[in-house]
Amino acid sequence: MSPIQAWTLVFVVLTFGFYIYIAYRSRVSDTAGFYVAGGGIPAPANGAAVAADWMSAASFISMAGLVAFSQNGYAGSVFLMGWTGGYVLLALLLAPYLRKFGKYTVPDFVGDRYNETARLVSVVCALVVSFVYVAGQMAGVGVVFQRFLGVDRTWGVVIGMAIVFLYAVLGGMKGITWTQVAQYSVLIVAYIIPAVAISLQLSGNPFPQIGFGQILDELDGLQRDLGLAAYTEAFTQTSMVNMVLITAALMFGTAGLPHVIVRFYTAKSVRAARYSALWALFFISLLYTIAPAVGAFSKYNVLTQIPGSAVDDTPTWFNTWRDVGLITVDDLNGNGIIDVAGAIGEGTELAINNDIVVLAAPEIAGLPAPIVGLVAAGGLAAALSTASGLLLVISSSVANDIYWKRINPRATDAQQLRVGRIAMAAAILVAGYLGINPPGFVAEVVALAFGLAAASFFPILFLGIFWKKATAAAAATGMAVGLSVTLLYQLWTLPTFFGNEPILDIPATGIGTIGMILNLITIIVVSQFTKEPSELMQKVVEDVRYPGRSELVAAHAEGHLSEYAEEHHLDDDR
Amino acid sequence: MLDVDQRREYWRRNVRLMSVLLVIWALVSFGAGILFVDVLNAVSIFGIPLGFWFAQQGSIIVFVLLIAFYVWRMDKLDAEFGITEYEQEVHHQ
Repeated sequence: MSPIQAWTLVFVVLTFGFYIYIAYRSRVSDTAGFYVAGGGIPAPANGAAVAADWMSAASFISMAGLVAFSQNGYAGSVFLMGWTGGYVLLALLLAPYLRKFGKYTVPDFVGDRYNETARLVSVVCALVVSFVYVAGQMAGVGVVFQRFLGVDRTWGVVIGMAIVFLYAVLGGMKGITWTQVAQYSVLIVAYIIPAVAISLQLSGNPFPQIGFGQILDELDGLQRDLGLAAYTEAFTQTSMVNMVLITAALMFGTAGLPHVIVRFYTAKSVRAARYSALWALFFISLLYTIAPAVGAFSKYNVLTQIPGSAVDDTPTWFNTWRDVGLITVDDLNGNGIIDVAGAIGEGTELAINNDIVVLAAPEIAGLPAPIVGLVAAGGLAAALSTASGLLLVISSSVANDIYWKRINPRATDAQQLRVGRIAMAAAILVAGYLGINPPGFVAEVVALAFGLAAASFFPILFLGIFWKKATAAAAATGMAVGLSVTLLYQLWTLPTFFGNEPILDIPATGIGTIGMILNLITIIVVSQFTKEPSELMQKVVEDVRYPGRSELVAAHAEGHLSEYAEEHHLDDDR
Repeated sequence: MLDVDQRREYWRRNVRLMSVLLVIWALVSFGAGILFVDVLNAVSIFGIPLGFWFAQQGSIIVFVLLIAFYVWRMDKLDAEFGITEYEQEVHHQ
């Protein structure tokens, strides 16, 4: 066993043991604890949990490479702005009000505010989005185990499943939340150390966010010399209109993702929900401002060291990743030298997988073996924390929104809890299977999940809070229009499905913005012609806007809404 | 509890605060980071062209500041209307 493997093993065993210990300490025995941690998580901890939940294997491992390599610099900004800007929308427009509304899940809000049809549509959306997403996380766990410990990928996924099973099924949301706080700490330390080391090495500045300014000019020059567009130049790869469409789809999608929204139900109060959003974005911004710097540094390293060097005389770090197939060299013209002219990627002499940018960073910077092990533990923390958050959404959707609301409304707390745990265990098995045999379209679909969330959820949540007269029929129609336009267009253009030419050059990742606008317009128009929400519901929506616990909001949260309506002679006909 | 006039006033000020913050949100991301990126790139800070900086760093930093300002102003607004008790809001059926 190499020192790197030994250290990786040490960190993996230590962190996994820690997660299980936390889960054991915070095990739960009631549904409120299982779904929303009893609504009693302090804001900074909740913020760290949101951040860990949000930052997946993709954010940790692939983000820097996505910005610097596959998106060629500026064009990658859509991910940076899109995946952080959504939090402003969440904090200002959704989180405080949804928290005040109470209940457990996003479909709960939709079902109460509109009607049962709308609830069902949103349960299906939540399940689809969560499953697609969780498969990617499990696959990420497998990759880390394979690369760093030399364990077979299947076994890697199985170990990951066992760990998640232990802490998520036992501890529910409470166990998951506190584990995520620990996982955030592991992943951010693992991200910052190599980034600071590389920044010091290349720019002499310990802050990568500032240090990367020193190499940008040179990087622009290097790319121009190779016949590529400059790194910082705008609109060389994505047009201005498409930059706007993709960024907006990612922003509104972020604000509509069920596994993120549900985290605000775990806050202690409306005020704590606001603070949770602040802490969450602060914690996320630490990684998201460093990622583009790491990407630029890595690209600089690659472009200064590799092009023109002999095929069999490349740096050690380069060879390690070549051995596992994440870097491929193909001497097409047979001159024994790696020629880079124009783009890097498939079909050229040099192809680099996005994932290595972060994973190889400590080796490139010549950091000692313990740091490499820490980065592996960080990648696992990122994947596991996101997976457990998604599994909770799946489990609460099944137990709360399907079993309790539709199958057995008289189920006791203990019965619901049992169904929730069984649903979670089943979801782990499915996720594990998808992680071992990832369907080819998963990577593509994950990126598209944001468009779907933007086109379906955001408008009905936003108007549900800010417009009392948005009707149930309008919400269901709007969701159907937004979802079908977006989904059909994505299927129409994706190479794995129909692969047609985009219409008006609109990318599949940006169509969500159009779908969202259509959804908004549909709701506004249809609401004019359909039956107004009941007097009672309009009053609930009104009351949710103000601070303090009104009798009505309390009655709603505790499930005594019809009694309240009778007592106050309000019409409750939905 | 707030009376009807107080409620209207509370909501009006909340919506005004949100609108101002969302305008800034759009200006730094869609504005500085995309629409006006070429103009801003003429200037550099720490060697980073300004438009590119907004797209990759600045907008994220401003987002954090926007939420911080919102949280602070809402606390002040709540205090002005005499809201101090939040824990009562814990309610799950």
